[in-house]
Amino acid sequence: MIDILIAILSTIGAFAIFFASLGILRMPDFYLRLSVTVKAATMGVGLLLLCAAILFPDISVSTKAIAIIFFLIITSPIAAHMIGRAAYLTGTPLWKGTIIDELAGRYDKETGVLNNEESEEQQGDPAKGQIAESEEETK
Amino acid sequence: MTLATYFDYFILPILTISVILVFIRLVKGPKVVDRVIALDLIITIGIGIITIFTIRSNQKVLLDVAIILALIAFLSTVAFSFYIEKREDD
Repeated sequence: MIDILIAILSTIGAFAIFFASLGILRMPDFYLRLSVTVKAATMGVGLLLLCAAILFPDISVSTKAIAIIFFLIITSPIAAHMIGRAAYLTGTPLWKGTIIDELAGRYDKETGVLNNEESEEQQGDPAKGQIAESEEETK
Repeated sequence: MTLATYFDYFILPILTISVILVFIRLVKGPKVVDRVIALDLIITIGIGIITIFTIRSNQKVLLDVAIILALIAFLSTVAFSFYIEKREDD
């Protein structure tokens, strides 16, 4: 009975990792690659570690495996956010099919500060400009 | 079919093919950030392979290596992004 459970969990985990690697190879853009890999790899490795936590009868192994799952779930979004921010600041190009870039013109390229308040003070013009640009791009 | 042969002949080959596919992206990635996330994903898949190997060889000490690898993956990605952001040219 528990063998079937372990087989199902490990199969789902292995296929999640496989789809993550397929996504990082085939996606057209850095940001799409990032969004595919982090979620799928965290889920896949989490399920494989859950297999080890169930299969070993020892309590120390289960504690270690759950600690690794917890650590991965906490740290991988932070790493993905930081590398995505660095990529946007250094000007990695978006895919040509991208519809809207909500951060366009909001980052100060020199200091890396996101100026939300200034754009809200000016309100009308930047928002209209963004929507107009995106509609032109979609046409 | 026992669980051991299932791990040996189905799960481990899938993980190995995944590492090879990610390695292609690591070699041909057009920018540095692509290579950084490819390296991060290789280390994360390595944690999965270590886990399966721990189950197959019944050596529970090997999970400590997985903890250290998770730590190294996070720290290396954060350090890479910090210094890529600080870099002048590109």
